[in-house]
Amino acid sequence: MEGKDHLENLSYIRSLMESSTRFISLSGLSGVAAGFWALCGASVIYVLSDGGFNGLAYDQRPFGINTMVFELMVAMAVLALALASGYFFTARKVRSTGAKLWTKASLNLTINLAIPLVAGGVFCLILMYHGMWVLVGPSTLIFYGMGLLNGGKYTRNDIRKLGIVQIMLGLTSLLFLKYTLLFWAFGFGVLHVLYGLYMYFKYDR
Amino acid sequence: MNSSIHKLNKAFESRIRLGIMSLLTVNDEVDFNYLKSELEITDGNLASHVKALEKLSYLHVEKRFIGRKPNTLYSITKKGEKAFKEHIDELEKLLKLGK
Repeated sequence: MEGKDHLENLSYIRSLMESSTRFISLSGLSGVAAGFWALCGASVIYVLSDGGFNGLAYDQRPFGINTMVFELMVAMAVLALALASGYFFTARKVRSTGAKLWTKASLNLTINLAIPLVAGGVFCLILMYHGMWVLVGPSTLIFYGMGLLNGGKYTRNDIRKLGIVQIMLGLTSLLFLKYTLLFWAFGFGVLHVLYGLYMYFKYDR
Repeated sequence: MNSSIHKLNKAFESRIRLGIMSLLTVNDEVDFNYLKSELEITDGNLASHVKALEKLSYLHVEKRFIGRKPNTLYSITKKGEKAFKEHIDELEKLLKLGK
């Protein structure tokens, strides 16, 4: 065998190992879209809760519903829209590259991202049950960051870095509860848009 | 200088076998269909290479049933891991010499 063959064999081994463990077709546009919806959601809350960053105005009742319930509904809508558009852009990228969407790696990514997220969701529901609404916003950032850190093992490493930043942001936000909405908009909105664009230009084009 | 060439494992001369060993290295266990789809080869072709690697006890075979369908799981053995690593190290060494 010639040196060229050895080199080809090594890169073949490498690419097989990588595609078998990492899902690299995650589209940067998914992140941009998620950030866009988060910014929309945060703006809606900001405007309707009369300009408060904390959303603690219990007497505010947009559309006649309790502010907290309203914020929860907006957050759920943001999550659903972010997931749907994330799926859309990633499925589109997968189709254009001829790769497969559901592989061992993408399944691992989904499961490992979902475990901390579901745990975080239950945790937040319990916080609400105890009436500790102020802690919900920062907690979503922390658990989301842990989800990215965990799931990021099965995709590009950049996702893990984003996870660490989200965790730090969530912890800082816990210190400044008045500005939860601002931290939330920065973490889920601005960071997603920036990271999405960064990944889009780095890998997708 | 040519002495190092003899250290290359003959069992890994085929690219398909390199592929099988690569996939087994990064996954705890994989089934026949997964190997087939990742390597994009036919049943018969894959079966013969797997058999050869099994004979060298580089991989461990476990047959089971999912419902009524037979399903075969493969995992790498200690011996296979060692042999594959040595092979790759040797490839890398050769490439460095070539430069």
